[in-house]
Amino acid sequence: MTQVHLTFIDFTILGLYIAFVIGIGFALKRQMKTSADFFLSGRNIPAWVTGLAFLSANLGALELVGMAASGAKYGIATCHFYWVGAIPAMVFLAVFMMPFYYGSKARSVPEYLKLRFDERARAFNSISFAVMTIFASGISLNALAKLLNQLLSWDYNICLWVCSLIVLLYVLKGGLTSAIYTEVLQFFMIVLGFAPVVWLGLRDAGGWNAVKDKLEGVATHPVTYNLVSDSSKTFQPDAWTHAWIPLLGGPSANPMGVDVFAIVFGLGFVLSFGYWCTNFLVVQRAMAAKDMKAARNTPLVAAVPKMLFPLLVILPGMIALALTATAGKEYRLPQAIITQAHMTPALGAIKQLATSGADLTTASKALSVVAGVSFNDAKISELLKSPETLSSSDQQLAIRLQDAVVNDYDGVILSLVKRYCPTGMLGLALTALLASFMSGMAGNVTAFNTVWTYDLYQAYIAPNKSDDHYAWMGRVVTVAGILLSIAAAYFASMWTNAMDIIQLVFGFVNAPLFATFLLGMFWSRTTATGAFIGLVSGTAASALFHACSISQGNIPGVKGAYLAKLVVLPSDMAQNFWLASFAFTVCFVLTVVISLATKRVKSDEELKGLVYSLTPKPKVDQAWYARPEFIGIVLLIVCVYFNYLFW
Amino acid sequence: MGLDIRFPIGMMFTLLGLILLATGFFTSGDAAMYQQSLGLNVNLWWGGFLLLFGGVMWGFAILGKNKNP
Repeated sequence: MTQVHLTFIDFTILGLYIAFVIGIGFALKRQMKTSADFFLSGRNIPAWVTGLAFLSANLGALELVGMAASGAKYGIATCHFYWVGAIPAMVFLAVFMMPFYYGSKARSVPEYLKLRFDERARAFNSISFAVMTIFASGISLNALAKLLNQLLSWDYNICLWVCSLIVLLYVLKGGLTSAIYTEVLQFFMIVLGFAPVVWLGLRDAGGWNAVKDKLEGVATHPVTYNLVSDSSKTFQPDAWTHAWIPLLGGPSANPMGVDVFAIVFGLGFVLSFGYWCTNFLVVQRAMAAKDMKAARNTPLVAAVPKMLFPLLVILPGMIALALTATAGKEYRLPQAIITQAHMTPALGAIKQLATSGADLTTASKALSVVAGVSFNDAKISELLKSPETLSSSDQQLAIRLQDAVVNDYDGVILSLVKRYCPTGMLGLALTALLASFMSGMAGNVTAFNTVWTYDLYQAYIAPNKSDDHYAWMGRVVTVAGILLSIAAAYFASMWTNAMDIIQLVFGFVNAPLFATFLLGMFWSRTTATGAFIGLVSGTAASALFHACSISQGNIPGVKGAYLAKLVVLPSDMAQNFWLASFAFTVCFVLTVVISLATKRVKSDEELKGLVYSLTPKPKVDQAWYARPEFIGIVLLIVCVYFNYLFW
Repeated sequence: MGLDIRFPIGMMFTLLGLILLATGFFTSGDAAMYQQSLGLNVNLWWGGFLLLFGGVMWGFAILGKNKNP
């Protein structure tokens, strides 16, 4: 990727943003008196603020970089993460679950588990959540530093540390309140910073219909654009431009490699409900709301912009792919560039491999080592087979070799920024990128420090200390959390597609969790032992599933199947969704069976406010159109309409 | 609530809008620079929009302050 140069104006914009987020932290410092102020914001924030923070906290590498990457890789089917996944789950959280989270006065999701079940479920959940949070934060940090390094040739290590330091500074000063307030500011920054880029991209591509046209051509020749690694693979023309029809044809008919069941059950029901309804990172924002009404409205406020986010995050990926397929636009999906120093030995290697007739896998691997980049097997196979390889000039061969390098999907969004933004707008778009990463990281850090301090430190390590002590601990662990995230970022730098890894981690931790909450909140017979064993087995089941399954084309190891190769799935996505479905089912069934076999310890009275059937219905003093139930139904209808529109 | 977040948001976007507007204004003759953005002076237009957005946020904040001082 060629570099861009920032001017004074761009740095001014960036500096202004940084000054404001740190300034908010310092302005809130005076309010941070007790540990409750630091961890819970003293519960006095209005719904529109917590709602936008709810959305923003989830905006890490996952959203901007990952969704644009998926938009190019999979097309409009990526919208399922929103219209099948997020929105229904957010409505469910608002209507059914928030009354128990907020009403129980639990300070965290693990603490709710303690109230509903016992210490075992809480300990297990808080530890696994803490680990997951650090990983999520590390992955997004790594993605940011990598992008800044590629685009601006800023030093990877410096980016990593400086960005973390800014987040550290404002979270340390203003606690959760400062994280939430800056998340709102970041929300507007992200939307207003990227909207013009998407608009210019769409204009350049010739509008939505032109994008659709081009993508239909792409779908029938995916190997030309390195979208698949099998040269005989083709799709129906609508594979990138329809959300449901390609899924009906089964995993081989769509680029995501999934079927309807995996999307509806695996992604929609298990992963999304597991994430949005039980992940403390987002639920914490709703818990900080000023009253029950505001708490229930939080996810609903968030659902409105969330529903439109595909325009901002998925569309750019599709535009990028369409531009790649348009002659004369001089654009292509970003790739790693083979440097001059690597090219000469790589050219020697390909000629030598073509003469020796080495088999494809060995040849491709040997080439990657020499060239320092990964290659698309289909293109390499073509090069090896064609007799021209030996006769053509080095220059021609170099072009063909560069063309065979795999796409770097994570670079899509920035390649568009680079293409359309003159100085000024460039600073704004980069600031938006930075804002998205910071909001995600601050979200992770505040969730981590609360769970550590209340659910691990206060519960098991040092109970009965003064409030000042816990407030102090919160600050110490904020620093520790940031340092661990940095360590996780270095760890994550070993993988290529951040999105798939995050899904995998969520699969391990979140998938079984929703079964536990669902049974815990809606079936009073669920026992603590049942919940605990179900949860542990569910998580173990996901690890086991990962150890025995692999997606096509991957080598057994970190990508799965390191114990046995029992199940081969068509894609990484399919592996994630089936893993989640499997873990959920194991947890659900075991929790039910063991609950029936064990005795319930907690009385009806103790479970009041924690279980649906044992909680008296609250008196409603809202007009019918202001009730979460009504707003939720309206949101769902709009959501169904969107699905229908891109059917 | 000790701090109405609409004030810092309003202030930040007003400033950002002004910076972009000024940039757009002083570079308005530079066709080469805006070739990138399809011939549109995006700094000028988007700067204006950000200024408007910042102003609206600020307006809401002042309204809110008058309602519950």
